[in-house]
Amino acid sequence: MLDDKDRIFTNLYGFQDWRLAGARKRGDWDGTAGFVKQGRAWIVQQVKDSGLRGRGGAGFPAGLKWSFMPPDDKRDGRPHYLVVNADESEPGTCKDRDIMRHDPHKLVEGCLIAGAAMGANTGYIYIRGEFVNEARRLEQAIAEAYDAGLVGKNAAGSGWDFDLYVHRGAGAYICGEETGLLESLEGRKGQPRLKPPFPANAGLYGCPTTVTNVETVAVVPTILRRGAAWFAKIGRERNTGTKLFCISGHVNKPCNVEEAMGIPLKELVEKHAGGVRGGWDNLLAVIPGGSSVPLLPKEICDTQLMDFDSLAAAKSGLGTAAVIVMDKSTDVVKAIARLSKFYMHESCGQCTPCREGTGWMWRVMERLVAGNAEIEEIDMLHDVTKQVEGHTICALGDAAAWPIQGLIRHFRPELERRILARKTSAAPAKAA
Amino acid sequence: MSAKITPISADEPRVWAFTPENRAKVDAAIKKYPAGRQASAVLFCLDTAQRQHGWVPQAAIEHIAAILGMAPIRVTEVASFFTMINRKPVGKYLLQVCGTTPCWLRGSDEVFAAIKEETGAGKGETSADGLFTVMEVECLGACVNAPVVQVNDDFFEDLDKDNLKAALRKLKAGEQPKPGPQNGRHASEPAGGALTLKSIAGSSGVQS
Repeated sequence: MLDDKDRIFTNLYGFQDWRLAGARKRGDWDGTAGFVKQGRAWIVQQVKDSGLRGRGGAGFPAGLKWSFMPPDDKRDGRPHYLVVNADESEPGTCKDRDIMRHDPHKLVEGCLIAGAAMGANTGYIYIRGEFVNEARRLEQAIAEAYDAGLVGKNAAGSGWDFDLYVHRGAGAYICGEETGLLESLEGRKGQPRLKPPFPANAGLYGCPTTVTNVETVAVVPTILRRGAAWFAKIGRERNTGTKLFCISGHVNKPCNVEEAMGIPLKELVEKHAGGVRGGWDNLLAVIPGGSSVPLLPKEICDTQLMDFDSLAAAKSGLGTAAVIVMDKSTDVVKAIARLSKFYMHESCGQCTPCREGTGWMWRVMERLVAGNAEIEEIDMLHDVTKQVEGHTICALGDAAAWPIQGLIRHFRPELERRILARKTSAAPAKAA
Repeated sequence: MSAKITPISADEPRVWAFTPENRAKVDAAIKKYPAGRQASAVLFCLDTAQRQHGWVPQAAIEHIAAILGMAPIRVTEVASFFTMINRKPVGKYLLQVCGTTPCWLRGSDEVFAAIKEETGAGKGETSADGLFTVMEVECLGACVNAPVVQVNDDFFEDLDKDNLKAALRKLKAGEQPKPGPQNGRHASEPAGGALTLKSIAGSSGVQS
């Protein structure tokens, strides 16, 4: 188990003071000016050396992403923007909420450092609208930081000017997609943009912008304080550091916990979440990284490691590290059908394969729940998921396809059983 | 058709404006964005209008459009895109019930049943006394405290039939039940107390 001394979010559960005084006691805002004064290239290099990969789902190397912003000698007069993605809405995921309500200064300090690393004097934190209290908490923390001179002109005495604002959404999953988020931030409906141009060239208001997840930003101050090598030695190669895991569903004690990347799934569930309801052998399947990633049946879960590359090798993904556990009492077809309904509801309607496909897939999934289908329709459904996947502007179409593909890959016999059972039970009625 | 909208129901006011206090908040919000980018404040304006009026009538949309220099249809399309903007009246308490898989696994069907039994309102309905409107929503982002219901601004978590009904009864009686986990948990730590961070002062379960 990860040692407490290696945990970054030491007020994850909110038992301590979230305010500036409490944050300073936990080590936040210590030496911040010194990091900023080292310059953009140094900060980016530290983040690269730490191996930190984006914590929002895709796992793109954070330092590399930040380095895409135009360097100082290539600036063309446009302002640079930092935009923090706090639109946490991926089913199963509730980690950024804890950062914002219990450790908000880690995020605020991270914003200053990330902003400086990107050459940005302004940052916006786009928080999902439902997090009303979390947004207020964050605004209070930012106000404290302004009062203490930690943000604003010559932020924290670093010589860097940095303004930071909270922007509330209003209930749309698609605004967690970075360009949908930017559209919404500019005052339009949140429909994702075609790329290129990428945000680092033309993002918010047509200016160089980097959109990055709350957790990614919030871990950076600690990485700089303790050194990139410290972070890099936790976890496995290419999958370094600590990670917030959210363990929900059929476990005895659902919880959030910060653990080392690469922790075995079984250990994560048993040590931290009180085990699967009814014991490990009562496990049916786990969705290991939020609703978008394919589920894994028990036999894979037995030995699965929890990091980007291990889960990709198992044809799933770490995603947001939201672990949704389903025991043997679960109607697994219904569980996935409900996710299909989610994606249908959240499709922005811009691309036809997604707009039409998510509804079509959900309707077939509903029929499969009852077994009201033909065996061949399983292949047809799989074929349609492949027609949606990769044929839309953003990844929502992919995210709608993958859970169904995972279900067919691992639970095809169950789908067939339901269809055959319905045919058998319907036969006498037909004869009558 | 004319862009001037005819009131679509008896509830639609013909004229609508922010109170001076809310107008001041709107003006302050606009300043968060660069000059000429005031449209960025549209969601703030819609939310503020909803807090003032309870829902967002067409006259409010036109008022907001005028303030932000946007075409009314651009404000309308934002208002209709986001689920939190209500274009029709809702009850005093809006119960947004998460029905997505993590909450469903932990008993969101029971949550709907309990609400129906206690208020008489099913999905998409408002109770006869006008107190409660029930809405099924997608993931609220508190999955380790499932099942979850958002009551206006507050999350009620770790619900079961009994503790949810108790909270609803308090609302009916005009009292404010305590939001958050309803089963004695503090936040997202495992039930029964945190298993990690115990070596950190103040982290062992006692709130400072």
